[in-house]
Parts: sequence; structure tokens; C-alpha cells
Amino acid sequence: MCPDTNSAEDKDRFYSRRDAFRQFGDFGKKIALAAVPLSVLSSIPHIAKADTASLIGVLNFALTLEHLEYRYYEMALTSNVIASADRVIFQKIRDHELAHVKFLQEVIGNVLKGTPVAEPKFDFTAKGNFQPFSDYPTFLALAQAFEDTGVRAYKGQAANVKESDVVLTAALSIHSVEARHASMVRRLRTKKGLDTVKGWITNASIGTLPAATTPIYAGEENIMQGGVNVVNLTSLDAGAVSEAWDEPLNANQVLGIASLFLAS
Amino acid sequence: MENELIKPQGLVKNANRRQFLRVGTMTVAGAGLLLIGCNDDKDIMPEGMVSLGSGDTGILNYAYALEQLEAAFYAEVLRGSYFTNASAEEKTIMGDLEKHERAHREFFKAALGTSAIGPLEFNFTAIDFNSRTSVLGAAKTFEDLGVAAYNGAGQHLESADLLLIAGKIVSVEARHAAAIRDLINPGTADFAGNDIIDANGLERTLNFTQVLTAASAFVRTKIDFSKLPS
Repeated sequence: MCPDTNSAEDKDRFYSRRDAFRQFGDFGKKIALAAVPLSVLSSIPHIAKADTASLIGVLNFALTLEHLEYRYYEMALTSNVIASADRVIFQKIRDHELAHVKFLQEVIGNVLKGTPVAEPKFDFTAKGNFQPFSDYPTFLALAQAFEDTGVRAYKGQAANVKESDVVLTAALSIHSVEARHASMVRRLRTKKGLDTVKGWITNASIGTLPAATTPIYAGEENIMQGGVNVVNLTSLDAGAVSEAWDEPLNANQVLGIASLFLAS
Repeated sequence: MENELIKPQGLVKNANRRQFLRVGTMTVAGAGLLLIGCNDDKDIMPEGMVSLGSGDTGILNYAYALEQLEAAFYAEVLRGSYFTNASAEEKTIMGDLEKHERAHREFFKAALGTSAIGPLEFNFTAIDFNSRTSVLGAAKTFEDLGVAAYNGAGQHLESADLLLIAGKIVSVEARHAAAIRDLINPGTADFAGNDIIDANGLERTLNFTQVLTAASAFVRTKIDFSKLPS
């Protein structure tokens, strides 16, 4: 049963910072949020009320990216551009992106009582510049670009959903899945001799990706964490330190990147 | 109370802290945002036991403990004959992972300052550092555990700045985990397997007890985490 977010009281409880939604971590529940019983809600102390509209906004932003990713992999699998030995990898990634789409739609629509954004119309050729569904290296290049963007996008929104433990934990749990995808696609490209990138991002290097992907990696060279210069602290090389921390992008930066692939 | 621990003005009043800042100026310039006040938990602990402490400090010490574990593991990997005989690709990966985990460990130590727990003692006797299967199996365990630990701890952090830093680290741990899994089962869907990702496409989260119980097989030092948020 869903918390009744039309009830001010239940809403307060749902968004409380220190609430008891630990069962959200119950692994394998079909729709974890929808499965939170109201009896649990009543046991939660009143604390803070978060901004529902802001949460919905953040999740719709995430949903837009998930739509993009899902459609990209679905079209690629249909087009047969993917080498047969690698299909199992991209079927798995496609399945995750579809699950994310459905999960976010469920949370936005049925839990937060908002309106999930409709899937936009995409142009994965970016006005004829790329042919990802007929050229496998191009498909792989854009897949890497989308996954690395996704990681940075979720990271950039973490603080914006912090008021809800449930939403924050869900966002973190999607974020690490995107990072696994990114690592796999990056290493696959290198195994095929298309690049020399590793599973992690070295400095702000785009490797052999098209120049249009530069904004996706801008800032990844950062070696200052919480005011600490980690190169000075450890005497490790700057490349290794930059690899050890992934950097966020804000929503405008991400939308700027994604807009290349929106049909006008 | 918890917030107070990370307020810079609280640190200025603290003599130890001021000294740390002075000593650390060369490397920890402007770290006031992250540095965390002292607490006396350590004084009352039985000998040989460490307390992680409470609030954000406790969670940072929790992360520091896990990064100590990972860094110690990879340092040991680089000394074993698996590494000596590994392929170029695996040598690069293991070398990178050792550096990344060492960077994470040293960062948490610096950020925690005098609130940092001491060095933990580890027990890796269950791992055969001459065996590829054994090393990669352990690496998979540690990396997957690290991801689930950060994902589970995020909701307990009060500080948005610390949450962002944890987020910057957890995705790198996830990149590691996927690479290790692909070394074990190359070219399969195991890099993001159903054993750790559910039908909603959400990765597993583990709470403090689950993580520290799993880690305890490899940690000799007793860890008191009773003051962590719940």
C-alpha cells in the first residue's frame, strides 16, 4: 500500500529525514516503495516536510535520462548493430534502464502523486553527426558517453533529494548501477582496440570519443576533495587521484549534453 | 549535536584541532569544511577495540575502516605471485585499485583529523595471494561490499558536502566492482548481476551491522559501531 500523499500528515511522515523506511533496502521487493505499509508510516515521528514539487522535479529529470538510455539500447538491440557476443551485456543494460524508467514512473506518479514526464523524441544521430545504429564503434562511443553522463547526473542530484531517505537511497542505488554500466562499456571499447580508456575516468580525458563529448568529462580532473589536495596528501599521481573520485554535473550541464540528442 | 561536530567554529576553539590545522597546512589547506571535532569515545574503549563514534564522524570512520580494509588488501595483492604473473590488463587494474583505495583511506584520515580511528589490523589468511581465483573472489567481495555500504550509509549523513564526497567515491567502487566481476566472468552480464541488482534496477544496500559483520571475517580489531545513527 502506498503512503497517502494527499494526507498532509502522511506526507510529513513520508518525507521525514530520520524516518524508518529501512525496509526500502529489502532486496527483491517488486515495487519497494509501494510495499511500505501504512502501519510503518504511523510509527514515524513527525519531523520535516520536504518540498514534494522539488522531489518530483528531480525525479522527472532522472526519468528523462532513463528514457534516453532505454530508447538508445532498445533501438540498438533492434537494429542488430551490436556484435552478437556482446548482446548479453547490452540486453542487461537495457533491462536496467527500463526498470529504472518504470520505477521512477511509479514513484513520481503513485507515491509522490506527480506526473511522470512523457518520453521525449530522440535523435541519436544528433542531426546526422552520428550513426550509432549502423556503426558499432559509434554505438559504443555514445553508450559510454551516456553512462558516464548518467553517473555524473545522479551524483549532482543527491543533495537535492536528501530530505527523503527513501528517494535518496533509491537514487544512490541507481547511481551505482549506472557506474557499473559505464565501467563495462569503457573497458569493452578498450578491449576492442577502439580506445585506451579504463573502467574509471582519468583526468578529463575523452579518449577517442568525439569532441562533442568534452563537456561530459569536464571537471573530472579534480584532485581537491573537501578542501584537501589529495595529490599532495598521498604523493600519488594526479591521474590516479582523479580516477579515485567521480565528479558531479548539475542539471543544466546534463540537459545541455542531452539536448544534442533531442529531436527538434 | 551531530551538526555541531562539523561546524568549523567548533574546531577553532579546539586546541588539538588548531594544531592539526597548522601541521596539516601543507597538504590540507582550507579543509575546515570537512574536519570534524574531537570526541572522547576512544578514551573509554577497552584496549584493542575502536569506536567509530557517532553522527557524521562515525559514518566517516566507518568509511575510513572500509577503505583501510580495501587498501590493505590491494597492498597485499601487489606482493603476491598472482600479481607478478598477471596479464598486463590485470596488473593495470590491480595497480589502479591499490592507488584508488589508498587515496580514499588517506583522504578520510586527513578529513577526520584527531577523530580518526587508528589503523585497523587485518586477517587475510583466508585469501591465497598466489591464486587468481582467490584474489579476484576476495576483490569482488570487498568492492561489492563497499558499494552496498556507501549506498546504505548515504541516508544517515547529515552533511550534504559529505554526501557528495561519498557519492564521488561510491561510483568509483562500483566501477571497480564491475571490472573485477568482468575479469571473473568475462563478457557476461555478471558485471551488474542479479545477485546484487533487483528487479527495479536498484543495487543492493547494506546497513552498518550487515557490512561490519561481513567485514569482520577479515578484521582483527574489534569495532564498536553502537553509536552510529539508526
